[in-house]
Amino acid sequence: MSTAPATAHGDNYINHSKGIMSWLGTLDHKRIGMMYLFTVMIFFLIGGIFALGIRLELFSPGMQYMTPDNYNRFFTYHGAIMVFMVIIPLIPAAMGNFILPMQLGAKDVAFPRWNLVSYYVYLSGALLAASTLFLKGVDTGWTFYTPYSIRSNSSATFVLLGAFIMGFSSILTGLNFIVTIHKLRAPGLTWGRLPLFVWALYATSIIQVLATPVLAITLLLLVLERTLGIGVFDPKLGGDPVLFQHFFWFYSHPAVYIMVLPGMGVISELVPVFSRKPIFGYKAIAGATFGIALVSFIVWGHHLFVSGQSEFANFVFSLITMFVAIPTGVKVFSWLGTMYKGSLRMTVPMLYVFGFLFVFTIGGLTGVFLAVVSIDVHLTDTYFVIAHFHYVMVGGTILAFLGGLHYWFPKFTGKMYQDGPAKLGCWLVMIGFNATFFPQFIVGTLGMPRRYADYLPQFTTLNRASTVGSWILAVGLFLTMINLWRSMKNGKPAGDNPWGALTLEWQTTSPPPFENFNYEPVVTEGPYEYTGEKAKG
Amino acid sequence: MSSSQGVVTSAERHHAHHFESGLAEFEACKQAMWIFLVTEVLFFSGMFVLYAVLRVFYPQMMHDAHHLLDWKMGALNTVILICSSLTMALAVSAAQKGEKDNIVKYIWLTFFFSCGFLIVKFFEYSHKIHEGILPGAMWHFEELKAAKAPLFFSVYFVMTGIHGLHVIIGMGVMLWLIKRAKRNEFGPEYFTPVEMTGLYWHFVDLVWIYLFPLLYLVS
Repeated sequence: MSTAPATAHGDNYINHSKGIMSWLGTLDHKRIGMMYLFTVMIFFLIGGIFALGIRLELFSPGMQYMTPDNYNRFFTYHGAIMVFMVIIPLIPAAMGNFILPMQLGAKDVAFPRWNLVSYYVYLSGALLAASTLFLKGVDTGWTFYTPYSIRSNSSATFVLLGAFIMGFSSILTGLNFIVTIHKLRAPGLTWGRLPLFVWALYATSIIQVLATPVLAITLLLLVLERTLGIGVFDPKLGGDPVLFQHFFWFYSHPAVYIMVLPGMGVISELVPVFSRKPIFGYKAIAGATFGIALVSFIVWGHHLFVSGQSEFANFVFSLITMFVAIPTGVKVFSWLGTMYKGSLRMTVPMLYVFGFLFVFTIGGLTGVFLAVVSIDVHLTDTYFVIAHFHYVMVGGTILAFLGGLHYWFPKFTGKMYQDGPAKLGCWLVMIGFNATFFPQFIVGTLGMPRRYADYLPQFTTLNRASTVGSWILAVGLFLTMINLWRSMKNGKPAGDNPWGALTLEWQTTSPPPFENFNYEPVVTEGPYEYTGEKAKG
Repeated sequence: MSSSQGVVTSAERHHAHHFESGLAEFEACKQAMWIFLVTEVLFFSGMFVLYAVLRVFYPQMMHDAHHLLDWKMGALNTVILICSSLTMALAVSAAQKGEKDNIVKYIWLTFFFSCGFLIVKFFEYSHKIHEGILPGAMWHFEELKAAKAPLFFSVYFVMTGIHGLHVIIGMGVMLWLIKRAKRNEFGPEYFTPVEMTGLYWHFVDLVWIYLFPLLYLVS
């Protein structure tokens, strides 16, 4: 892409200034990205502990370790923490903050101060929501469906306000990214040369900016409903609870793509680097990203197939939902086309790519099942739905995140991770994940409903398999994180560009200097031109 | 652009390190402001959809309930806000020309119009609260028998309340602008905050232009 930097390995963003305050008050997008990463990981741990609690209770029929009320709190916290505090900010705010300006050849995001504000807005919203753990808790489910969420004698108001506040953080990040991509590209970095991770973050940001305000007003109305009794969602006062569902899913369906599009962007980066081949279908992947973003806004009604929506609306939403499979398929086949006849490097990030393709394809295809109204009516609120969206959200987002985390780890820290434990961790995560959620497809089709603390004895074997799977998954994630932590402390120096990657973030020192580049980057070709000498890398 | 004159208003001195020029920074801010206004439109659109749903469900109730609002008060506030939009536009124009005294004068005028708007709103609200014309469950007004009428006032109070909050935030920003204008910070090379506040303020007015007929003139 451009000439290699010839700078001394001395000053970098980590040692540029010292002391805890130089981190807490930083305007450097790289440090803010790292602060997001650590915070999100803490919430990932908390959300994961709730998940283990759910699975432990479901190890046997009957109530073992908790009351039904506590079980309701467990699945509510698991869902709310994982969605609002983990998966939504995970790739865009944590990884994107670090990588996006570097891939553009910029010194920072367009508005560094707002970037820091966005972090603290996120943190205060998250802490406000988490504080309810020490109050009355919340038991409404992460979807806050009315009218129960109006009457629930819990601390739901604080969780709603917390999610409302975190929404502003999401909007600020999206807005910042859009302007950054428009205004701060290096000379020569035309739209046709943007890395696909940038395209993915661009589409994600548009969804964040357009959908989140609708969630904000919805949550605000629900808070007013709980505090002042305004009645607009309360059937007792003439309001409409189905309207709440429409509002909620108008945000929360596009939000699924806030979660998964950045993951797809990560995969689009990893595949060409480790196949040592130019990407197959650059324009198709970038276009499909926007296709998915567009369609994501007009499919929310598929969450309301059994909520009294008209037959005609069901038909239309069902049809449009199936269209999502087309751009998604375009992407999957483009990645496979890139690997075809490439010289694959089976590194840890690449293992995660294979895990992603396997798991995400199952998640995507079961989504097509659920788009069919006649099948969905039967499967609504069963474990089949749980398994489906965990295959998409964990398979799509978490696996891509872990792949990206290993890929960019040398860029973040300047160190290389320990290969053996990382590979073992990856295998344990894959085995554990499938052992946890595949049985749920079966138990769901057999009719086990979601959100119940108890189940019929004939479901015991499948539930036990699922619970044991959750333990393997937990060990795998734990091992992976310990390994990365230890490698960050004592890993071997990785060199500036251990993967021989061509995108701009690798054309500077690792870890990057304070303003990212010690020279003015100029771009002369596309991001994935792995041909000739460069293919050997 | 030269920064050698030592003038505070020079764009050179203001633009952040990662922008190549003051103009590039201005363009970025302007794009960000427009995107922010799009998020505002979507935020309010939730309430407009809610209003539309209630109109479809209970057309007669919406008609009966709106008579409790005084359209003259609403019309007065519409005139006040349109005037404030004009003075805000004049302030932006003055900032672009670097006429310090005019910037301060026109922003103060806009600020006083906003105060006028809030005073009218205060009389409307206190009258409603006194009579018990309140949202949802808090309603205790005996004279209107239309079923579900409290829902109209849920929408009325939420929409005008959130709009009023936007007015108050705008007034805070105006005070900040006046402080900066007095320090002579704005001129032909740097007037970004004034222009962005102007965009915001026109949006706030525009929302009211929709709220007034939808709430006060239902037929």
